[in-house]
Amino acid sequence: MIHFVLLISRQGKVRLTKWYSTYTQKERTKVIRELSGVILTRGPKLCNFVEWRGFKVVYKRYASLYFCMCIDQDDNELEILEIIHHYVEILDRYFGSVCELDLIFNFHKAYYILDEILIAGELQESSKKTVARLIAAQDSLVETAKEQASSISNIIAQATK
Amino acid sequence: MNPFSSGTRLRDMIRAIRACKTAAEERAVVRKECAAIRAAINENDQDYRHRNLAKLMFIHMLGYPTHFGQMECLKLIASAGFPEKRIGYLGLMLLLDERQEVLMLVTNSLKQDLNHSNQYIVGLALCALGNICSAEMARDLAPEVERLLQFRDPNVRKKAALCSIRIIKKVPDLAENFINPASSLLKEKHHGVLITGVQLCMDLCKVSSEALEYVRKKCIEGLVKTLRDIANSPYSPEYDIAGITDPFLHIRLLKLLRILGQGDADASDCMNDILAQVATKTESKKNAGNAILYECVETIMSIEDNGGLRVLAINILGRFLSNRDNNIRYVALNMLMKAIVVDAQAVQRHRATILECVKDSDASIRKRALELVYLLVNESNVKPLTKELIEYLEVSDQEFKGDLTAKICSLVEKFSPEKIWYIDQMLKVLSEAGNFVKDEVWHALIVVISNASDLHGYTVRALYRAFQTSTEQESLVRVAVWCIGEYGDMLVNNVGMLDIEEPITVTESDTVDAVEVAIKRHTLDLTTKAMALIALLKLSSRFPSCSERIKDIIVQNKRSLMLELQQRSIEFNCILQKHQNIRSALLERMPVLDEATFSGRRAGSLHTAISTSTGAPHNLQNGIAKPAAAPIADLLDLSSDDAAAPSSSGGDFLMDLLGVDLSPASAPSGTSQPPKAGTDVLLDLLSIGTSPPAQSSSSASDILSSSQDNKAPLANLNGLASLSSLPANATSPASPVPMMDLLDGLGPIPQKHEENGPAYPSLVAYESSSLRMTFNFSKQPGNPQMTLIQATFTNLSPNVYNDFLFQAAVPKKSLVMRIRIAYKMNNKDVLEEGQINNFPRDL
Repeated sequence: MIHFVLLISRQGKVRLTKWYSTYTQKERTKVIRELSGVILTRGPKLCNFVEWRGFKVVYKRYASLYFCMCIDQDDNELEILEIIHHYVEILDRYFGSVCELDLIFNFHKAYYILDEILIAGELQESSKKTVARLIAAQDSLVETAKEQASSISNIIAQATK
Repeated sequence: MNPFSSGTRLRDMIRAIRACKTAAEERAVVRKECAAIRAAINENDQDYRHRNLAKLMFIHMLGYPTHFGQMECLKLIASAGFPEKRIGYLGLMLLLDERQEVLMLVTNSLKQDLNHSNQYIVGLALCALGNICSAEMARDLAPEVERLLQFRDPNVRKKAALCSIRIIKKVPDLAENFINPASSLLKEKHHGVLITGVQLCMDLCKVSSEALEYVRKKCIEGLVKTLRDIANSPYSPEYDIAGITDPFLHIRLLKLLRILGQGDADASDCMNDILAQVATKTESKKNAGNAILYECVETIMSIEDNGGLRVLAINILGRFLSNRDNNIRYVALNMLMKAIVVDAQAVQRHRATILECVKDSDASIRKRALELVYLLVNESNVKPLTKELIEYLEVSDQEFKGDLTAKICSLVEKFSPEKIWYIDQMLKVLSEAGNFVKDEVWHALIVVISNASDLHGYTVRALYRAFQTSTEQESLVRVAVWCIGEYGDMLVNNVGMLDIEEPITVTESDTVDAVEVAIKRHTLDLTTKAMALIALLKLSSRFPSCSERIKDIIVQNKRSLMLELQQRSIEFNCILQKHQNIRSALLERMPVLDEATFSGRRAGSLHTAISTSTGAPHNLQNGIAKPAAAPIADLLDLSSDDAAAPSSSGGDFLMDLLGVDLSPASAPSGTSQPPKAGTDVLLDLLSIGTSPPAQSSSSASDILSSSQDNKAPLANLNGLASLSSLPANATSPASPVPMMDLLDGLGPIPQKHEENGPAYPSLVAYESSSLRMTFNFSKQPGNPQMTLIQATFTNLSPNVYNDFLFQAAVPKKSLVMRIRIAYKMNNKDVLEEGQINNFPRDL
């Protein structure tokens, strides 16, 4: 299974973390620091796999962001590379040429999308189209709710409470 | 609108934080925001709860504490609206972890949401549950999730499947409930449901053998068909990745088939065809295809043997090895390591490529390849492989040298066909990377050298040559110095020349030069210098004409700040000046070190009976430094060595022999305590009545007194028994070992009786069934008040005695002596006590 997902910028800033195994807050900070050190210092020509504490960490760099996923020894590293790419492509379609800034200001949306791709550290959906459709449906639910809340009748109702 | 709401919108806060130039500024902004959020929480603000939680999550990601926001998550989850629940569940997953008790409070909301009419809300609940539920929550909500495995919407079904995985991992007992619904998921068409259903079945089979049986019986054919369908399916834009339809599904199916086929021949048979098809037809130009091939190879290697498939698999790995992509090569090396167990022959065929990988520029690949090469070595290929590895050693970088050296040494030791090849390879390694070689390794080398008596000449000449060029490799210097000391005469006289050797002219003076270089180099290496001193002493015996020069070199260390060197220097100087008559006997060629014993010792058994020393206490052979049964050594309180030995590896045995046990840590506090206590007892009994010894001319005592210039206390004991315990002598662990034993072994008895005064008959002072102690008396010519007693111990049993300790006490008035002897026989402590009343009257 995937134990956790980390998105780190080139400067070591954390953009997204998702934990599928139990790590306390303290342990999480430690892990992030350790892995950042290991991964950010690796040369560009090296393979995308790092052995770490008995696990394997697969990482791939997209522009200024490192996408890292920690897996078990007997998992398929090459597949994880594909999963990372799957996620990036979906983000790209959603945000339209996604860049790091998008993920900073819309971190919650990045999380929502990740939650449509992975649950319990396992892959949930292999179709980018399906994921996009589900996200769109939920976004529109949110839009509808917002519209309702700011509709004139609602404002009047609030004011006269 | 609530007039007390926190004003900033999420994106404004983020902008403000990013604009901060210093950490202090950022802290200030965050503090302000947190204060506002706290106020809003206290007010129970509804309208901005959503936005406040989003802000809190961002602040959390920066690393600040946000536990005050945890209850807000719960309130949002309990709200009616979808947006609130969505952010609430996200906050829950980010700010909490399963160990927190607050989590339990969500169980009720979760239950309600799992039954919601809005399938997206059900989805939110399943997602949160699947990511962070605890075991109790899992137990509580399992029935709901089980039911949802058959929900009308595939989106919910697939989430329920993954959620079930967490549930059965947390509570394995519940697994049986999920077997049926899970296996029906396998018949679905929706890819998302298939993928998650397959994954669920995999985890079920891992957790429950019942599930494994069931799935194996009922579902294999269906799975094989599904895999065949997907492998043969035409282009599908929705699922296509690099020309392959849904590689993720391919991979999951292959994984499940692996679990089902392992250990079951029938199941394995079912899948042979499809595995062959996948292995041969999958395109390997892109990562997706390679990922499938990788999984396929894993499956083939794990299920029951089908010769043809295995060959196919290993060929795929062979192709992977030559792929330009680092990732593929890495993965191939990994797989090959597992494949070796199954089919070593096939892997051997790719040895050349693997060897190339050892030289790869990627550190992870080099490491893997080296491990793999290590597994591939056998008697027939050890020579060429070692040659390649040593060649690479010369160009490899520093971080890798350590690993590489260790592996080469290990290989050479395990598989060397002849001693001369072993010695050659080890010399090459020492010359190239001696500083990375561990102590046990060069100790082992010396043992082998000493055993290869026909190669002594060859070895010392080779070492001499190597020494000229690689003086910065410490281990090489040590081995060279030892050999030059031992076999210096062979070096000078070209003894034992082999056909392959070229003659070399080395004069006696040259050998001394070499050892002098070792001593004088600007390193603080205690071991090397100490070994060099002994080597010089040996050379002085082999080449008496160089004695003067050697004496000069040795004397330079007389004032060394390192006690060990100082001690040796003084003692050896003493031998050179005053004891030429015993010197040659002292420094005869060392006896062969017993290889079996040495490797036994190395394996960690410290109390192995040393074959050379059963029975006879006096080993008059030179150089057997610490037979455990040599009582005299322990009288000198070298039992501190035995105390030290347990704490280090068995290499100590050899260390002692080389006169190299220089672990300062073992010296002070710990080891000196036990003997010290004993001596205090003696002191009490003695009530410090007797006078300290005058300068005795016994050579043994000389060494004692000279080495204790600074140790005043207990000098009285010296008077009574010339070789009694000296616990205060705590700081020099084992140093005079070889010297002491050699001298004691020779025994100054005859000389004493000549040089000193009247002779007295020797006395059997103590005898038991296992031990006899004999006293020999002598007096110095000018000092009738003082008697020197030499105690000789004879081991009367066939066992070996270790940790030998002799204590003696004499009261003021009468001429009796109480003795206590403690030792270990076969690891059991033995204590013997007695009283000696029968001293000669006229003493």
